[in-house]
Amino acid sequence: MFGRLTIEALPLYSAIAMGGALIVVFGTLAVMAAITWMRAWGYLWREWFTSVDHKRIGAMYVILALIMLVRGFIDAIMMRTQQAIAVNSDGYLPPDHFDQIFSSHGTIMIFFMAMPFLTGLINLVMPQQIGARDVAFPYINAMSLWLTASGAALVMVSLVIGKFSTAGWTAYPPYSGIDYSPYVGVDYWVWAVLLSGIGSTLSGINFLVTIIRKRAPGMKLMFMPLFTWTTLCTSVLMAFAFPAVTVVGVLLELDRVAGMHFFTSGDGGNMMNFANLLWIWGHPEVYILILPAFGIYSHTVSTFSGRKLFGYTSLVWATCAIAILSFTVWLHHFFTMGSSANVNSAFGIATMIIAVPTGVKVYDWLFTLYRGRIRFTVPMLYTIAFIVTFVIGGVTGVLLAFPPADYLMHNSTFLVAHFHNMLIPGALFGYFAGLNYWFPKMFGFRLDERWGKRSFWCWVVGFYLAFMPLYMLGFMGMPRRMEHYDVAAWQPYLVVAFLGAVLILVGLTFTIVQIVVSVRRRAELRDPTGDPWNGRTLEWATASPPAPYNFAVIPTVTGRDAFWTMKADGTAWRRPARYEDILIPRNSAFGPLIGAIAFVLGFAAVWHMWWLVALSAVLAAIVVIIRSSNDDTDRLLPAAEVERIETAWLAEVAAAPRPVDEPARGVPSAALPGAAT
Amino acid sequence: MSDATRIGEGPGRRSYLVGLVLALALTAIPFALVQFRLAGTTATVVAIALAALVQVVVHLRFFLHIDFHKTPRENLLALFFAGFLIFVMVGGTLWIMFDLHYRMMP
Ligand code: HEM
Ligand SMILES: [Cu+2]
Repeated sequence: MFGRLTIEALPLYSAIAMGGALIVVFGTLAVMAAITWMRAWGYLWREWFTSVDHKRIGAMYVILALIMLVRGFIDAIMMRTQQAIAVNSDGYLPPDHFDQIFSSHGTIMIFFMAMPFLTGLINLVMPQQIGARDVAFPYINAMSLWLTASGAALVMVSLVIGKFSTAGWTAYPPYSGIDYSPYVGVDYWVWAVLLSGIGSTLSGINFLVTIIRKRAPGMKLMFMPLFTWTTLCTSVLMAFAFPAVTVVGVLLELDRVAGMHFFTSGDGGNMMNFANLLWIWGHPEVYILILPAFGIYSHTVSTFSGRKLFGYTSLVWATCAIAILSFTVWLHHFFTMGSSANVNSAFGIATMIIAVPTGVKVYDWLFTLYRGRIRFTVPMLYTIAFIVTFVIGGVTGVLLAFPPADYLMHNSTFLVAHFHNMLIPGALFGYFAGLNYWFPKMFGFRLDERWGKRSFWCWVVGFYLAFMPLYMLGFMGMPRRMEHYDVAAWQPYLVVAFLGAVLILVGLTFTIVQIVVSVRRRAELRDPTGDPWNGRTLEWATASPPAPYNFAVIPTVTGRDAFWTMKADGTAWRRPARYEDILIPRNSAFGPLIGAIAFVLGFAAVWHMWWLVALSAVLAAIVVIIRSSNDDTDRLLPAAEVERIETAWLAEVAAAPRPVDEPARGVPSAALPGAAT
Repeated sequence: MSDATRIGEGPGRRSYLVGLVLALALTAIPFALVQFRLAGTTATVVAIALAALVQVVVHLRFFLHIDFHKTPRENLLALFFAGFLIFVMVGGTLWIMFDLHYRMMP
């Protein structure tokens, strides 16, 4: 009945694990109680959970990402604390628990923090940038969200019931095989990755079709804003790379539960193929994480220096080149597995070549800044910190691309420093920049600048303190994933890294304070026009938050920076001669339902409750069939209603004071001093 | 893209049924080969790979209605792009795994 689930699964084995479990349980209960107390369940269900509006789905993705960022960070600071004290002693975490923590930290940060964050921002912004009313498949979009959420829920549940994997975020066999990891940890990892991976594949396809098919009239490919371009490339990577991780997860699970031998050395199995297949997904994945951030930086850099983006064409081609090259380098993650010099050098050279288009981008951003009228807003600060810090990470990456050097650095903290150097200033800072930049499009008010800046400084300084010592520790020979060590010389560096993590903790707290303060000051911070930063691209042509249909009249595009042109011609915020009825997709319980079924399926599979697995698989199929046979999925928003919404907004735009520190609305960039492009 | 690619206006139910039968047959063959040990190891492996390749073509032809004359050019381009990526992934894997195999021989 309950498979291998017994009372033993509760974390009674250690006080710290018990504490973590209690925090999860009571945290969830507290949130649910608060919602009940505010009588918000009905509102949340009707307006948010069942919503198929891409803006709302985007916002929910971002909220999921922020929650998981907190969880992932708690893991990180626990490891930092352990390593700061565990010289010639056991520290406070037993090895088994420490191993769970680095595994869950890596898994959460990649799959449940970074992926939802970027998917959320894409959802929010990309359809508006191309002048569309929605994504191509709104229901699949909701399903992707809830599949990702169910994967995240599985990881969280593993804190309370059973244990998480100790095999690292990459779960290499043979250690992740049934012989060495007989308990449920690896199964939790596999199912969390499978569920969210299916969600990501579907998102990739959805975005791809949206960009190809739903652009506003006149928006040629080379007129698309850069974030849309990077989304296009990221979506190609998602659609083509994610199936690899799905396959590898399924094969690993078959090895574990069905006694097969894909990755065990019996009956022709080969564990090295696991690393190969995993990284066929894994390397494109890191570009999935970073390309959207590159897109965000391209917008902040041009908006906040009041200039058109330098080298648009080269940025587009660099993005495409990176996307394609990213499929040709995966072996650099296992140079040390023993391939011949020919194989290693081919992949090493391919890796170094990627640095070229990336370097092109850095120069483009620098030249955009050059002689611009720079406004040091929070997104701009993140952008500048990114450019400087990212170059350091890029250089260490090129170093690691050199196989003989990699033989020295492989599995050392040098590598840990390198990839955090790409993931934090590269990806995460980009998402933060995007969050600060586009927040008004989510909720209609800006984020507080002062707390944003405080948080920014803590994050940046904290990052340098936390990760530069790891480069040095790598040179000193410290391996990654060390639970305790006996080299006293390492400790001072690890203490500095711990202090850096503390500073990041302060930064993360300030990020939360920033959101709370902004919610309380939302009247002051309101964005009445929908264009708080004097933006250039079409997402600023809608209200903040946009009406369900985004654009009452689909704009016609004649060039790049379409909204900037509209402001210059005086055609922005123009009342059309006549409004028309608009069809919008109706809300549906389908998304949350599929998510819930998927969660039950995953949980049941982890605990070997096969009857429940079968039952939920059948249920899922039935729900999908019912949903796909329903042809009546849209509702009509009558023209009169559209007119009412638009009139109210346009009146607000007309009454809005012009921001003082910004160039007058509608001034083309060439008219500003020093802005000749 | 024209509306002709929409389901219902394209090739009729017959095409789907033919596709279904072919797909089922191409799935049954490999299973039968393994279950009843109808051929030697190498022959079986080659037959499974061939069945898989033909299966792909069947899906493209009968379910996605790809046709070199009628399908719009950009769809064909996308297909070639997919083919290229699969070539990189599968080709790279074969290269890497055979190289490792060779180096592990006693
Ligand atoms: C916010 C500050 C962060 C801190 C202080 C931090 C700290 C750490 C530490 C201490 C480790 C273990 C290193 C070791 O094995 O010796 C680690 C591993 C890792 N981190 Fe982070 N991290 C942070 C953010 C991130 C982010 C944003 C991501 C991804 C988007 C990330 C992805 C990973 C991955 C993939 C691993 C490898 C896990 C494994 O060994 O299996 N981290 N991090
Ligand atoms: Cu890589």
